[in-house]
Amino acid sequence: MIHRMARAATTADAFNAVAEPRRRQILDLLAGGERAVNDLVKDVGLAQPQVSKHLRVLREVGAVTVREAGRQRLYRLNGEALKPIHDWVRNYERWWAERFDQLDVVLDELKKEEGDDGGK
Amino acid sequence: MTVASSGTARVTLPADDQILITREFDAPKHLVYKAWTDPVLVRQWWHANRGRVTVAEIDLRVGGTWRYVAVTDDGFEVAFHGEYREIVPDERIVSTEVYEGAPPSADGEEQGTVNTATFAEADGRTTLTILVQAPSKEVRDAIIDSGMEAGMQDALDLLEQTAASLR
Repeated sequence: MIHRMARAATTADAFNAVAEPRRRQILDLLAGGERAVNDLVKDVGLAQPQVSKHLRVLREVGAVTVREAGRQRLYRLNGEALKPIHDWVRNYERWWAERFDQLDVVLDELKKEEGDDGGK
Repeated sequence: MTVASSGTARVTLPADDQILITREFDAPKHLVYKAWTDPVLVRQWWHANRGRVTVAEIDLRVGGTWRYVAVTDDGFEVAFHGEYREIVPDERIVSTEVYEGAPPSADGEEQGTVNTATFAEADGRTTLTILVQAPSKEVRDAIIDSGMEAGMQDALDLLEQTAASLR
């Protein structure tokens, strides 16, 4: 099956990287902008070596990039690397989007009916 | 009459065994709740414009069951059923959901999810949140994969139409 193959081809990278809750937490923090390692350690509540280990996994799949600024190492989110996950979810999302578009039509009718009744 | 688009569905994966679906509607929550729980109304939207709903049974009480069946335009039938676990009118519905085409688990049990639908209103608009709790990552992934299949089906349909137009 084609979709299973497509899925298997990507499990080695972004999918595995975000499978760990702490790594997802780090990604969430980085979604708010570039952060120094020390900041991340404080917010995640793990020891520095563990945070560094998670950051290494994320770097290996390209989910984050790092740059040196003086004595600090600053991490930044790289959304492009997470695209396989987005693509995987998108068809499921589209199914619901189409269903909700129909629900909009139903709600419009209900609002009109309620208006005709002089409100509720 | 055209309907102002209230935004598209947003699907995220908060945990390995969960799916979170959110959408805002330009309507108060009692109407969204009504459209969600009235079988006559469910028939009008649940088909996602890909076919028609042939069965919409709702026994809206704790312990009551529901069952929806839709047939796509190309004859593919999908059926789901479940049971209501918790009902707070206009606020919250917790129910189980089993896809009737899914294989049972090794011990022969149905592999269902527990879905929590929450209706939250602000300024006359309602945010619907559906948290899908799967029994495992495998079941969760299979659900997402089923969306992939639907997407592929669309692509094949388009291909067929395009091919037909070339005749």
